Amino acid sequence: MKKKIGSVTLFFAGWLLLYFNLGYLTDSIVYSIFQLAKDSPLTAAIYFFIYEVPKVLLLLTLIVFVVGIIRTYFSPERTRKMLGGKRQFTGNVLAAMLGIVTPFCSCSAIPLFLGFIESGIPLGVTFSFLISAPMINEVALVLLFGLFGWETALLYMSTGLIIAILSGYFIGRLQLERYVEDWVYTTKAVGIEIMEEHFTPADRLNAGVEAVKDIVGKVWMYILIGIAVGAGIHGYVPENFMASIMGKSAWWSVPISVLLGIPMYSNAAGIIPIVQALLEKGASLGTVLAFMMSVIGLSLPELIILRKVLKLPLILTFVGVVGTGIIIVGYLFNFIY
Amino acid sequence: MTIKVIGPGCMNCETLAKRTTEALQHLNIDASIEKITDIQKIASYGILRTPGLAVGNKVISQGRVPTVSQIEELLTSYVA
Repeated sequence: MKKKIGSVTLFFAGWLLLYFNLGYLTDSIVYSIFQLAKDSPLTAAIYFFIYEVPKVLLLLTLIVFVVGIIRTYFSPERTRKMLGGKRQFTGNVLAAMLGIVTPFCSCSAIPLFLGFIESGIPLGVTFSFLISAPMINEVALVLLFGLFGWETALLYMSTGLIIAILSGYFIGRLQLERYVEDWVYTTKAVGIEIMEEHFTPADRLNAGVEAVKDIVGKVWMYILIGIAVGAGIHGYVPENFMASIMGKSAWWSVPISVLLGIPMYSNAAGIIPIVQALLEKGASLGTVLAFMMSVIGLSLPELIILRKVLKLPLILTFVGVVGTGIIIVGYLFNFIY
Repeated sequence: MTIKVIGPGCMNCETLAKRTTEALQHLNIDASIEKITDIQKIASYGILRTPGLAVGNKVISQGRVPTVSQIEELLTSYVA
């Protein structure tokens, strides 16, 4: 344990040193070592890439590590217990918030859905959880914070929460239980004993390290490609190029962005850097926000998985309600900013 | 004795099955591995996260892929 604390401390020291000297380091690499001309589009693109890649990866490593540790305190089993017996609305709020901190992977969407419904948690409350858990995740938040700033990250998180709460509440009020596959209500886990996991402090640290290996190992390629494309846009696409396509004046851009976002899924990590570059070239914040929420929150593979437990009308209602929520958020921000 | 690897057949489930086989060999336990991939059957194990690992009616791990040595530890404490 002592050795582990030592290496974690060492890691943080190196982290801080690197993170707060990134601007200086990039300056020296770009202007002193390679002696690139200032003001050329190529230099702008290279500078963007050399600066943003380590910044985002550093932030991601740190946050994923911390979240990995926090998540050892929030198992889905505990979340289910906390949601049991909660009323509509209170339950929706709690479910949406727990969705942020409870470990979730879309491959577990079905067992989780079944487990919640079986233990008597209302359909709408379950949906609040299922909407918030994938949409508000640490990877998206880190990228938003690193590339857009904390205001946008906070905006994304709060509007995401509101969408999860209200969509779940709305789905609950519609009383769509009949569109859940019949066997869901009859299957019961009988005679099964589930062993609880016990975490020692060393286990929690390990969980953080494992999360970094797993998540950063999976998304770093997408981030690299995304930032490379973003750097190209940053250097070469003319100012205001996106204004006519994704700008405020194009009213249809919000719903189109949401529709385009549904089939894009695994590339969430790569899409945010691209979208950030588009924002600079005249795309509007509301449209961009709507696009990202749709990419991350509404995913086709997950919908296909959910079809095994939900009948089509319920899936369509789910997409319709969440999609409408995202569109409203998009228009709202285009209106405000 | 049968050890069950519970999950729809994603990468994690495959890795878990492979590591469990390895752990069984290390421990010299004669057991077969059964993969539970059917959604309804997965539900009947009451787990909220995949992949799950079960010995008899005891779910000994879920939602993660333990290392070979961790699986050995789990197996020795629950199989005996």
